[in-house]
Amino acid sequence: MRIFSHVLFAALLLAAPLAAQAEPIDFSEKLDIGISTDEISITSDFRGADLTIFGAIDGFNANLLAQGKYNIVVALEGPKENTTVRKKERIFGIWINTNSMTFELVPESYSLSSTRDIDTIAPPGDMNNMGIGVAHMPLTPIGFVGDGSNLTEFRDAFRRLRESSGVYQRDPGGVQFISSSLFKASVRLPADVPNGVHVVRAYLFREGLFVAAKALPLRVVKTGLEQAITTAAHQQPFLYGLVAVLLAVITGWLASIVFRRD
Amino acid sequence: MTVYLPIAELSVNIFIILGMGAAVGFLSGMFGVGGGFLITPLLIFYNIPPVVAVATGANQVVASSISGAITHFRRGTIDIKLGTVLLCGGLAGATVGLWIFSLLRRIGQLDLVISLAYVLLLGTVGSLMLWESINALRRAAKNETVTLKRPGHHNWVHRLPLKMRFKKSKIYLSVIPIAALGFCIGILTSVMGVGGGFIMVPAMIYLLRIPTNVVVGTSLFQIIFVSAYTVIVQASANYTVDIVLAFVLMIAGVIGAQYGVRVGQRLRGEQLRALLALLVLAVGIRLAIELVIPPKEIYSVVSAGLGF
Repeated sequence: MRIFSHVLFAALLLAAPLAAQAEPIDFSEKLDIGISTDEISITSDFRGADLTIFGAIDGFNANLLAQGKYNIVVALEGPKENTTVRKKERIFGIWINTNSMTFELVPESYSLSSTRDIDTIAPPGDMNNMGIGVAHMPLTPIGFVGDGSNLTEFRDAFRRLRESSGVYQRDPGGVQFISSSLFKASVRLPADVPNGVHVVRAYLFREGLFVAAKALPLRVVKTGLEQAITTAAHQQPFLYGLVAVLLAVITGWLASIVFRRD
Repeated sequence: MTVYLPIAELSVNIFIILGMGAAVGFLSGMFGVGGGFLITPLLIFYNIPPVVAVATGANQVVASSISGAITHFRRGTIDIKLGTVLLCGGLAGATVGLWIFSLLRRIGQLDLVISLAYVLLLGTVGSLMLWESINALRRAAKNETVTLKRPGHHNWVHRLPLKMRFKKSKIYLSVIPIAALGFCIGILTSVMGVGGGFIMVPAMIYLLRIPTNVVVGTSLFQIIFVSAYTVIVQASANYTVDIVLAFVLMIAGVIGAQYGVRVGQRLRGEQLRALLALLVLAVGIRLAIELVIPPKEIYSVVSAGLGF
């Protein structure tokens, strides 16, 4: 099977105008990122690929940059869905789903790339507040959760399963400076990357403090016959069912003609 | 060679699916059964999500029943009137079954109920068939004449009201037990993805005393429509019919069935039934083991969009 590599080049916006943005006033730095397209199409035999994002720090302090005091984190967040974690227990000798917990709007995929391990970039509390990283992503349960004593257990199971299935990934060396203030970040698109609007988020930190962030949408559209079938199944479900039955009727009818014995 | 199943959302080896379809087709041709009760568990063993396996199994049943029904139609061994009464019950049953299916899926117990239902059904039917065929083989060994028991002309079934005359079957019978039978089979079709012929045929012969010559054709008539209805509603409500998987299965299935029929004609009836009984039991036991052994992972993650 072919492996597709989507390398998306950036329009480097070096002399970006100082647009009015909701950023802390104390910092002079601005962050810019770019990808060459806002939509990528993926064929159905797609086996995963790297996506490259280019960016620049604008208004940086040359001294701090030289000392490596700037850190960058780039995350590719998939579309968000309410997600349920279920737990099996043995009852009367058989394994049955007993407990479950539903988390509100968590990304279907998540790929993180940073200049170094994110836990050494900023204090965990800050990462929690911003929801950066698999370990810090907000997992808010919906509905009744009792005394919440099993919250940690379900959150851990969720993170572990999502990481082991490869839809949540991290690369603590995936962001590299290519010249003084230009950087490139590679994030991984997993093999079963979900369809829909993904968001590329970039965060700039200076000496452990959050400075600026930037987000860009990226539409992932799967193409090919299989995708056309999935689309049909979800958008024209009645017609799709009718076609499935018709296909069965024709197959059975042809078989009775071809193999007619009497 | 792998093929991606768009609805099951996984890549499978096409030759394994073809082999599965051909094997089940072969067996269904050999034993004269629809094969839905074998294809669905086999798909589950091959890690196809049970929701997809059930709905896709029903689609395969449509294909395998059509050719049989056409043959019976040519020979005139379908009682359309009787079949229609069965069908009315069947459609109602399938509707109730689909409601149960969606409810179980919502509360996260669908996989368990599907497995349990199969273990129960295959275990019971397999044991009964094995018992019956071993007795038949014994009698044959002792050179006793084998007679089908048809004791008494009337039982409680014949005292029910709302009687109707079925000319082709030459019976005068209440519509209540017929529709009720159809109803139960309809539930099985939508919850388990089986045609239900292997239950319906004996029930029609022994319980309703319908003449054997119209039983198979009439049950196929009902199975086609109830399965087709199930496929359309499953596709509309749950998006679980995998047309790619179904197509590969049915192509291999109809071809396999032709060879199965030829082999089946050379074997003796009671030998065939004993073999089928062993096969049914084996599948049931395999499913039972799956429920009992500790799973590798006790947690599972389900997104709202997909859900199984």
